[in-house]
Amino acid sequence: MPKLIKNGRVIDDAAQILVLDETQAPEALSLPEGPVFVPLAVWQAHKGILADNKAIGVWLDSHESVEDLAEDLDSLSAVALNFPKFTDGRAYSGAALLRTRYGFKGEIRAIGDVLRDQFFFMQRCGFDAIQPKTGKYSDAQLEEALASLKDFSTPYQAAVDQPEPLFRRAQRAA
Amino acid sequence: MYRYDSYDQKIVDERVAQFRDQTRRYLAGELTDDEFRPLRLQNGLYIQRHAPMLRVAVPYGLLSSTQVRTLAHIARTHDKGYAHITTRQNVQFNWPELKVVPEILAELAKVEMHAIQTSGACIRNITSDPFAGVAGDEYIDPRPWCEVLRQWSTFHPEFAFLPRKFKIAVNGANQDRAVIQCHDIGLELKRDAAGEIGFRVLVGGGMGRTPIIGSEITDFVPWQHIITYCEAILRVYNRYGRRDNLYKARIKILVKALGVAEFKRQVEEEWAFGKGGPNTLTEAEVARVATHFTTPAYAQLPAEDAAYAAQRAANPAFAAWARRNVLAHKVPGYAIVVLSLKDPSRAPGDITDAQLDQVADWADAYSFGEVRATHEQNLVLADVRQSDLFAVWEKARAAGLATPTFGLLTDIICCPGGDFCALANAKSIPIANAIQARFDDLDYLYDIGDIELNISGCMNSCGHHHVGHIGILGVDKNGSEWYQVSLGGSQGNDTSIGKVIGRSFAAAEMPDVITNIIDVYRAQRLEGERFIETVRRIGLDPFKIGVYGDAAIIERKQHA
Ligand code: HEM
Ligand code: SF4
Repeated sequence: MPKLIKNGRVIDDAAQILVLDETQAPEALSLPEGPVFVPLAVWQAHKGILADNKAIGVWLDSHESVEDLAEDLDSLSAVALNFPKFTDGRAYSGAALLRTRYGFKGEIRAIGDVLRDQFFFMQRCGFDAIQPKTGKYSDAQLEEALASLKDFSTPYQAAVDQPEPLFRRAQRAA
Repeated sequence: MYRYDSYDQKIVDERVAQFRDQTRRYLAGELTDDEFRPLRLQNGLYIQRHAPMLRVAVPYGLLSSTQVRTLAHIARTHDKGYAHITTRQNVQFNWPELKVVPEILAELAKVEMHAIQTSGACIRNITSDPFAGVAGDEYIDPRPWCEVLRQWSTFHPEFAFLPRKFKIAVNGANQDRAVIQCHDIGLELKRDAAGEIGFRVLVGGGMGRTPIIGSEITDFVPWQHIITYCEAILRVYNRYGRRDNLYKARIKILVKALGVAEFKRQVEEEWAFGKGGPNTLTEAEVARVATHFTTPAYAQLPAEDAAYAAQRAANPAFAAWARRNVLAHKVPGYAIVVLSLKDPSRAPGDITDAQLDQVADWADAYSFGEVRATHEQNLVLADVRQSDLFAVWEKARAAGLATPTFGLLTDIICCPGGDFCALANAKSIPIANAIQARFDDLDYLYDIGDIELNISGCMNSCGHHHVGHIGILGVDKNGSEWYQVSLGGSQGNDTSIGKVIGRSFAAAEMPDVITNIIDVYRAQRLEGERFIETVRRIGLDPFKIGVYGDAAIIERKQHA
């Protein structure tokens, strides 16, 4: 079963990511069994029937805006943000906005080109679920990679995981 | 200067551990080249022609003597005995081996140094006025603000993978010595009518392939809000900056595409959410940081030291150096000394391990243990007593660091170019050295007066050629090295981008070309007129005639 890092631990996870190819129209919905993340276009076409189905999440690509989900967040338990390449940093802003601007309390999952050396930044921006591509890491490597969540113990700036900057958190000696 | 507390030290130590593990995994084949590249770049590590090149951060150009000794040690032990001062006030090593880089970083960490975010698509080292705190025209010391911004930008989780690199510069004096108009964000410290400190904010300046002068998006952000304001700019850029084309990915392209008014609207809309939030600066934090930049224990001295005057009168060589490389200090009896790294026998900005050690010793003996790096690729002792100047000069001269040409034609800004850089179209160091060799007569240089000549080996513009009064750019024509010349660029308050004068030249022609340009200036200048002023007054045509002859101009006019 695919693995997922959730709240700092490696767990099994059955959710699928539904990706449409060019021939598939979002309107022609055929959902796989079990938990699934659907693309934004599918969600928008079928909101009425998908809403409040706890098995359904939505995934956004890096050029898609979290604003387009803002109205729907109450009926969603999970949002996944895709990193087409790990150097495409837009999803960091997306996750931060979901948490801070829209108050989203559900799961925010990092998917796509997700590498351990970015785990720390992801966690700080509000991703509570991190999913490297299947096969990218062996089970042992994934366990080892948890260490990257703790690369830095006391960051300077405010972020989702630590809403106060160091200068408000700590009494720093001059 | 700023000294680390346990928090700062821990972050840097953890970075060393992190990079050590990343390097180990890379060498073990667990990280691909593509995966490792951004990681090493965010540690200042390029893979260049000969070896990796390591760029060490010198936050806003400030160094302690202890740090300078460590740089000397690294140059001696892990490099070929020299280091290079960059145009962004950093220090580069050209020859370290990848597998020893974690060791080098560990040595740096021991003296509160690092290479964090000196390259890569992230917020880079923040640069500032090399004369901060000692210049007479300063109204607000930029250093505490630079340090506050340094801490905010270090490992900012949201902005570690921007569309492209992001450079911030801060200035707080009448004269802009930080090139703020050519940065992604340029911050000018100022006071409002009530005397409150704040910032005028410029965005979208930059050099590179598309040189653009930054645009003002607000004329005043109160100091409490500078972090949230910068965060709003960065968030808009991170989300909407282009990622499809490397050459169109800088914020300047986004600002141009949207227009300044629309960009400002988006930033202010974003800022409305962050403003007043936890990142709002507190008086306590600014005061804490500012205590690191208090005035050193200056002695009460006469404004003019009598011996200094006598030494200048008795020794013309000393007088020449004092005239160019010694600058006025805001405290009576003190002076700012520019230690020139423009000895014609070396690459501009290069300094040997032995020289670094000497500079550290002089800093301890004469300048409160501090050294500064300038973006013009020199070093500065900022607090020297006038009565010590002669001793400093004698030592600097013996060490080859007293070339008395600060601000003159041969004080060239020059990128590493084709000798070191894999992106180069052409070599730049030999051009600089050839021009220095041609113009070796001091009286002649003094007669030419204040002028800036900048050389880049390619369009990336590391050598700031766009803002040189004379700019030289290496171009590739059918696989051979050519040089394009521009005139009329300038940095500082009246920043302008130079204009190309015409067809490019072979390397061997360059000294003659510069001679011809200077001849036109000397023939045409008015009494007391500086080179850049003459160019602005008479335009490029007389220079084109001087360089290409009448024929080129007549031909062009006929085509027009
Ligand atoms: C030797 C390896 C180097 C490489 C591969 C390199 C690469 C680059 C590239 C690609 C750019 C253009 C970025 C852009 O405008 O989008 C650039 C710009 C720049 N680099 Fe370098 N560089 C090198 C060395 C240096 C050195 C030694 C200095 C300082 C002497 C330097 C300072 C700068 C500056 C000031 C800019 C212009 C910034 C701007 O566009 O606003 N670089 N560099
Ligand atoms: S200007 Fe070009 S040649 Fe010079 S250092 Fe920069 S990238 Fe290399």
